[in-house]
Amino acid sequence: MSSYEVALWVFMLAAFLGFELIRRVSPLLHTPLMSLTNAISAIAVVGAILITGSKDASMLTRVLGFTAVVLSTINVVSGYLITDRMLKMFKKRGAEKK
Amino acid sequence: MMESIFPVLYLLASASFILAIKWMSSPTTARRGVFVGEIGMLLAVVGTLLRAEVVNYQWIFIAFFIGAAIGVPIAYYMPMTAVPQRTAFSHACGALAAALIGAAEYYRQKPHGVVMIALIVEMLLGFLTFTASMMAFGKLQETLPQRPITFRGQNFVNLGILLAAVVIGVMLILSPERTWLFPIFAVLSLAFGVLLIIPIGGADMPTVIALLNSYAGLSASAMGFAFDNKLLIVAGALDGSSGFILAVIMCRAMNRSFSNVLFGAFGTIQTAVTKTTERPVRSASAEEAAEILDAARKVVIVPGYGMAVAQAQHKLRELHDILTKRGIEVSFAIHPVAGRMPGHMNVLLAEADVPYDRLIEMDEINPEFPRTDVVLVIGANDVVNPAARFTANSPIAGMPILNVYEAQTVMVIKRSMSPGFAGIDNDLYYMDKTLMLFGDAKAFVSSIVKELNAVAAGS
Repeated sequence: MSSYEVALWVFMLAAFLGFELIRRVSPLLHTPLMSLTNAISAIAVVGAILITGSKDASMLTRVLGFTAVVLSTINVVSGYLITDRMLKMFKKRGAEKK
Repeated sequence: MMESIFPVLYLLASASFILAIKWMSSPTTARRGVFVGEIGMLLAVVGTLLRAEVVNYQWIFIAFFIGAAIGVPIAYYMPMTAVPQRTAFSHACGALAAALIGAAEYYRQKPHGVVMIALIVEMLLGFLTFTASMMAFGKLQETLPQRPITFRGQNFVNLGILLAAVVIGVMLILSPERTWLFPIFAVLSLAFGVLLIIPIGGADMPTVIALLNSYAGLSASAMGFAFDNKLLIVAGALDGSSGFILAVIMCRAMNRSFSNVLFGAFGTIQTAVTKTTERPVRSASAEEAAEILDAARKVVIVPGYGMAVAQAQHKLRELHDILTKRGIEVSFAIHPVAGRMPGHMNVLLAEADVPYDRLIEMDEINPEFPRTDVVLVIGANDVVNPAARFTANSPIAGMPILNVYEAQTVMVIKRSMSPGFAGIDNDLYYMDKTLMLFGDAKAFVSSIVKELNAVAAGS
């Protein structure tokens, strides 16, 4: 099996897994969910690091890669922190202050 | 020896992301989900930094520093009311990052075959999601008009530009050496993103934001194909399917199709139905409203985007507390498309300390309305319009609504009688059981609270 064929299999299985998992998320948490998946998709930072840190990077590719690392880092940092900040607010009755 | 450890780190990172989303299913485990997601990201980043290809660290760390310096203040100082804008902004950042990485990889290698196909898909989605998200950001921030902007032949122009971008993309795939084509490809993709959002109005934002979330994820996934990196593929696919499902849920909640949301330009309908004859409505004062609420046993509050605009959520929580203390059962009915993004109302009410088990979804609350004494609608309009059920030729016919008209008494807080976003008159306001409470949502709720306190002090 070629490496792209494997990649397609991985994509298909991950997409179906995603469907099954997300369907179970309560609508209550749809906003934090979107914020979390957005932070996760900032995994693009991996590609950005590989480009920026490579030996043969030209000025152009390094500037592009550098910008991409900045943008992805903003998403990673603010994405996880805001998701947690939102989730902290969800309290059950009884747990609230008098 | 070191090289064999990276695939393991990436594998663990993928597993962490899957667990993170799994734990998001319930509020009790969700924070654990965020934590494991952070671990996954850390593993991925460390694993990448240690790879042999990465030799130059200085720029990477400067970029980390700048990104954190921007991201941390956003995370801590952003008011919760700005969540929809923040989400649109982060979609824009993620998509632009993916597009730029694609561009860098293209200029570095001018690859052929599958890699080039993946890069073109990545950049097309990345560029168009970037400008589309910035437009959505502008509309949500209200620096751009929220009304849909339409012009004759709009759909042809939009599809023409998309088609042109795809054609040039294919030409680049066939011969990547034609670098002069690349800027044209980028500009066309960027332009399509702008044009895609121009005709979309505020009420359709939940669907559009979810769809852009999906595109941003798919773009990252396409990058995984270009870099032959399974972690990127998995994380991108999870984000892609998540956004897609949310978009489907939103569409269903409005009884519309994707193409209708994207190309339907909802706003054009409204000119046809304006100028209905003046019909009498009953209105009431805060004092009367307070008395009616005080006499009820079961109260349901229906919040909409108007609550977010007026920032009335904290006052609503006070109302909830007072009524609950007096032995009245209070719950909040949340329509899936209330607000400007999926779950918008829940976050605002949770921030105001409303316990989340009081926030009830549409399907669960609808059977309760016949047994409800008072419904208080605050800043919601189309999602409670009975025309969706009973008027076959209404533009919102078939849209699932909260059946508030089945309650004993309905009170609607509204600034004036102007129709809602869809421009459709709401029969609910003219029913005998309905009382209109005219005024600013926050001010009105706060005077109801004052009246209730006065009653409590007097008794």
